[in-house]
Amino acid sequence: MITIIDYGSGNLKSIKNGFSRIGVETFISGDVQEMAESDALILPGVGAFGSAMEHLEKYREVINDHVKDGKPFLGVCLGLQVLFTESEESPGLRGLDIFKGKVLHFPESITKQGMKIPHMGWNNLKIRCECPILEGVGPEYMYFVHSYYVDPEDKDIVAATVDYGVDVPAVICQGNVFATQFHPEKSGEAGLQILKNFVELV
Amino acid sequence: MLAKRIIPCLDCDLNVPNGRVVKGVEFKQIRYAGEPVELATRYYEDGADEIVFLDITASHERRETMADVIKATTENVFVPICVGGGIRKPEDYVNMLRAGADKCSTNTAAIKNPDLINHASKVVGSQACVIGIDAKRRYVEDPKENEDKILVETNEGYCWFDCSIYGGREFTGVDAIAWAMECQERGAGEILLTSMDRDGTRDGYDLDLTKTMSENLDIPVIASGGVGNPEHIYEAFTKGKADAALAASIFHFNEYPLPLVKAYLKERGVEVRV
Repeated sequence: MITIIDYGSGNLKSIKNGFSRIGVETFISGDVQEMAESDALILPGVGAFGSAMEHLEKYREVINDHVKDGKPFLGVCLGLQVLFTESEESPGLRGLDIFKGKVLHFPESITKQGMKIPHMGWNNLKIRCECPILEGVGPEYMYFVHSYYVDPEDKDIVAATVDYGVDVPAVICQGNVFATQFHPEKSGEAGLQILKNFVELV
Repeated sequence: MLAKRIIPCLDCDLNVPNGRVVKGVEFKQIRYAGEPVELATRYYEDGADEIVFLDITASHERRETMADVIKATTENVFVPICVGGGIRKPEDYVNMLRAGADKCSTNTAAIKNPDLINHASKVVGSQACVIGIDAKRRYVEDPKENEDKILVETNEGYCWFDCSIYGGREFTGVDAIAWAMECQERGAGEILLTSMDRDGTRDGYDLDLTKTMSENLDIPVIASGGVGNPEHIYEAFTKGKADAALAASIFHFNEYPLPLVKAYLKERGVEVRV
């Protein structure tokens, strides 16, 4: 069973539709017991780091146990950022802290180079290393929308980046924990390939 | 590098079952292009970077129909979806996002009640709050006498841009550039900018308007109104400094299919997703 974590954030239906399109049934649930019994967890998210963490606090344990058991986990967009220690968006608040590192705001200096904040639209991946969810995915365009990006302590967990004034980590990959800063469910066929790759691991 | 976005726009009349896409000239409808879900699916397959649905009936009775159109579309379409027309309250945003939309565009409701932008962006996030601005040129004789407006020098003389509401039926006297800057302050994530002078003319986007808007904002600007061929889109990105270009009729009637437009832009050195 693949569960999409419902913590009152974002457009969960789109992720579910993405999996349906590749013939995979998923469940949307906010129930800790159901999550504990799941073979894989998806953590979606749009909005602010702080309000997301408020709602996620009660799932911290079940998510940690899931990851410790080595079961596949996929974070999407804000669902990637909350995996880190803390964020400039909500100072003093602890993230899920599965990865060490901080979430930073795009530097205002990039607007002088004509770049807008938020980083919104299609940007092409620069693959840094092999990662199971990038199987068959090249320097494709993916759909991004965010004003913050992650700065991991361990750079080796970054499987792909995109260029937006700074090197933006776009795919995080360590063991069975995966996360994308872009929205695979909004990134056309290339995005669906990522969901397909994830399902292969379940 | 970030690609320039090409966004087909579906003007939807929801007074018939499943709705129908209409194409108007200067905000008056004339031709029927097909059903919204069917057209959106075709554009997705053709490589659209995003799809905008505008409910031109904008009535509360039709809100459910629009939600159904979005629900059906997002089963087959995996690019961002923006919905406009009749979005008046934060609940309208939430309902459309729940149906599968990623963004909502508001125009009249935001001008009448600017706090809506603050409230909606807190509830659903800035990325989901698009502000539609329908702007018309107002030429001035003497720039010195119009210091309260943001004046733009054009080939036709100095002008400022007047915001219209109710689908172009009423003018507000609100300066479009200043209003867009206020929207950004209040939490808007993007501006969907339509030139009332160019809409339906096929003479090309209003590049003076688009460029001035884009240079005054940190948030992305979508150029709209007046596109007649792929070169106009090229100009919107180069001279107009737009982040995205909206087009309707050139796609609806297969005059310039999307893949052809993107191939043309790529050949001319514009970063596009192909």
